[in-house]
Amino acid sequence: MGKIVAVTGNEACAQALKQINPDVCAAYPITPATDLMQRFSSYVNNGQVDTELVLVESEHSAMSACIGAAAAGGRVATATSSQGLALMWEMLYIAAGTRLPIIMPLVNRALSAPLNIHGDHSDGMGARDTGWIQLYSENAQEAYDNTIQAFKIAEHMDIRLPAMVCMDGFIVSHSIERVEYIDDADVKNFVGKFQAVNPLLDLDKPKSYGPLILTDLYHEYKRAQHEVMTKVPKVVLEVAAEFEKMTGRKYSLFETYRLEDAEIAIVVMSSAAGTTKDIIDQYRDKGVKIGLLKPRMFRPFPYLEIADALKHLKAIAVLDRADSFGGYGPLFMEIASAVTSMDTKPAMINKIFGLGGRDYLPEQGEHVIDELINVAKTGKVQTVKEYIGVRE
Amino acid sequence: MTTKPLKLKELAKGEDRFAHGHRMCAGCGAPIVVKQVLMATDYPIIASNATGCLEVSSCIQQFTAWKIPWIHSAFENAAATISGVEAMYKSLVKQGKLEDKQVKFIAFGGDGGTYDIGFQSLSGAMERGHDMMYICYDNGAYMNTGIQRSSATPFGADTTTCPAGDVIPGKPQQRKDLTRIMAAHGIPYVAQASPAHWMDLMKKVQKAFEIKGPKFMNIISPCNRGWRSRTDDAIMLSRLAVDTCYWPLYEIENGVTKITYKPKEKKALIDFLKPQGRFKHMFAKENEWMLKQAQEQVDAQWERLLKEDSAVREEKPAEG
Repeated sequence: MGKIVAVTGNEACAQALKQINPDVCAAYPITPATDLMQRFSSYVNNGQVDTELVLVESEHSAMSACIGAAAAGGRVATATSSQGLALMWEMLYIAAGTRLPIIMPLVNRALSAPLNIHGDHSDGMGARDTGWIQLYSENAQEAYDNTIQAFKIAEHMDIRLPAMVCMDGFIVSHSIERVEYIDDADVKNFVGKFQAVNPLLDLDKPKSYGPLILTDLYHEYKRAQHEVMTKVPKVVLEVAAEFEKMTGRKYSLFETYRLEDAEIAIVVMSSAAGTTKDIIDQYRDKGVKIGLLKPRMFRPFPYLEIADALKHLKAIAVLDRADSFGGYGPLFMEIASAVTSMDTKPAMINKIFGLGGRDYLPEQGEHVIDELINVAKTGKVQTVKEYIGVRE
Repeated sequence: MTTKPLKLKELAKGEDRFAHGHRMCAGCGAPIVVKQVLMATDYPIIASNATGCLEVSSCIQQFTAWKIPWIHSAFENAAATISGVEAMYKSLVKQGKLEDKQVKFIAFGGDGGTYDIGFQSLSGAMERGHDMMYICYDNGAYMNTGIQRSSATPFGADTTTCPAGDVIPGKPQQRKDLTRIMAAHGIPYVAQASPAHWMDLMKKVQKAFEIKGPKFMNIISPCNRGWRSRTDDAIMLSRLAVDTCYWPLYEIENGVTKITYKPKEKKALIDFLKPQGRFKHMFAKENEWMLKQAQEQVDAQWERLLKEDSAVREEKPAEG
C-alpha cells in the first residue's frame, strides 16, 4: 500500500517519472506542463534520479533529442502542451514511424489563435493521427496511474510505440487532489527493466535509422504500423489487469458509469466526466435512465468495444472539448464511426464545450440531458453539432 | 587512443566506414568530405544526418552505405537528434549500463539543414555543450530539392529561386558567415576546411576529436549540378575556393584564430567563379559590378581574418 498524498496532476506525473527513472528526458517549458518538468529537474539536480536531462531550445528539438535518445537504446520521456505539441508535430510522426517507445505526459491546452493557456483537447486531438498511443485521464490519480502503465504498454515487445498521457490543463495539472502513490519498488518492479531493440549504441552491429523508402515499400510500412496499433488494446487490458492486482484500481479501454440499463448516455473524456457523473446521479434520482461512457484510450480507438457498450441506447450526446472546424467534434466522429457497426443506430448529438478553459458547469450538462431526453422520445435531432456554454 | 598518422598509403589500406555504392551524383563533394572525416580517426563514430542529398542517397530502403551506427530523423534537427544519442550514451555509461568506448558523435548536414532550417537546433546543441561534432558540407544551396538559394549561397549566384533575371541578376545578398557565428558560441573548436586540402581537413578532425565538448566544422563541398561545373572539377574547385580566399582554411581553438593555410599567391576570385555556370551572368558587360562587389566581399573577409590570425597578432602586438 502506497502513500496517500494531496498533489497536483503535474506533481503526480513528475512523481511517476521519478519512480520510473528514465535514462534520458529532453524537455522545453510550456504552460501548463512547465511545472511537471520543473519538478523533475529538481530530482535530477538533487541526485534522486539517474536521468540525463537535455534542456533543449524548443519542443521540436525536445522530440528530436528524445528520438535520438530512444533510438540509442534506453528509456525516454518528455512532457508538453499545446503549441509545444504543435511544434513537435513533424517529429511525432517520426517517433511513431521509427517505433520508439517515448512517453509524454500531454497537459491538454488550447491552441492559438487567439493565444490561450487554459485547458481543452485541441492539442491532443490534432495529434490523433500521428501514430502515438493516447490515454486520457480524468484526474490526478488517473494521470499518475496512466503514466506508469504507459511505459509498460509502449515498451511491450509486441508494441514499441510512443504514448501520450493526457490530462486537462490547470483543471487537473494544477488542482490539488487526493492521490494514492505506489511504492517506489513496486513501480520499478511493475515497469521492469528497459529492453532495447536494435540500439544505435550497439557498435558491433551498426544500424541505420531513418531510411528513404519510396513507392515500393512505404505503403507496406504504414500497414505494418496500422497492424501494430491493432495489437495495442490487448496489451492495454493486460497491463491494466496487472496494475489492478498491484493497486486495486481498475482500468480498461474506457470507463462506463451507470450505463448498463441506460436508455440515453453522454460520452465525454477527461475531467468533465467527473462533473457529468454527478449530474447523472441527479437525473438517476429523478428516474431518468442515463449513463456515461468515458473513453480512456483514444488511440487506437476501440470502435467495436465502444459500439458494444452503447448498442442498447436510444440517444447519445457526445461532448467534445475540441473542434474540427468544418467538421463534427473529433470524439463525435469516432463515436459516429463506432455506431456504424450497430444494427439499430441511436440518435446522436454533438456538443462542443469548454474551449480555452471555459468552465464546464453542471447546468450545461443538465441542458444537454434535457435535450437528449427529448431526442430519445422523438427520435429527431434538430441540430447535430452545437456549441454550449457560449456567451451570446 | 593515439591519433593515427595521416599517411596516404596507410589510409588507403583502411576500411571504408562509408561504403561504395551510395547514390550520390558522380563528382559530388559530399561523399568525399564524409570519407575524409571518417578516415581521419579510428574512434568509434555514431552519426546523425539531416535530410538532404547525403541522407537520401546513402540509405535507401534496406541498403545503407553507413558502416557506422547512423540516424536520420528530419531536416532541421541533426544536431538535436545526435544530442539525444549522446545524452543516452552518457546516461548509460554513467549508470554502468554501458562500457565507455570513447564513442565520438557527429552530425552531418548540408548548408540548408545547417545555416537555415537547422540553425536553431545547431545553436542549441552547441550551447548545451554536448560532446559532439557538427559537420556542415556546404555546397551553397538547397541542392537536394533542385538548387534553391540558401543563406550560404554566394552573392550573385544563379539558383532556381534567385535566378539571374533581367531585373535581379542572381542572389542579391552576401552569404551568412556561419563559421564565425559558431565561433561566437564560445565553443572550444571551430574550423573551416576543404576536401582539396585533405591533410588539413583530417588533421582538424583529429584535433577536434581530442577535444571534449561541442565542435563545428564547415567544409566546402562542390556540387556540379548546382554549380554547373564539370563532373570531375570538385577537387579543383575546392582548391580554387581556398586559393582565391573565398573559402579560407582556418580554425578557432578556444577563441584563438589560426589560418592553417595561406595561399602563396592569392588568386583573383574570378578564377573560382569562371568555371561555374551559376556565375556566368556576372561576366556579362552589364553585370561587371557584381564581379567587383564579390571580389570586395572576399577581400574584406580575408583582411579581417588576417588581422585576427594569431600568428600575425603575435608578431604585431595590439597598440596601447
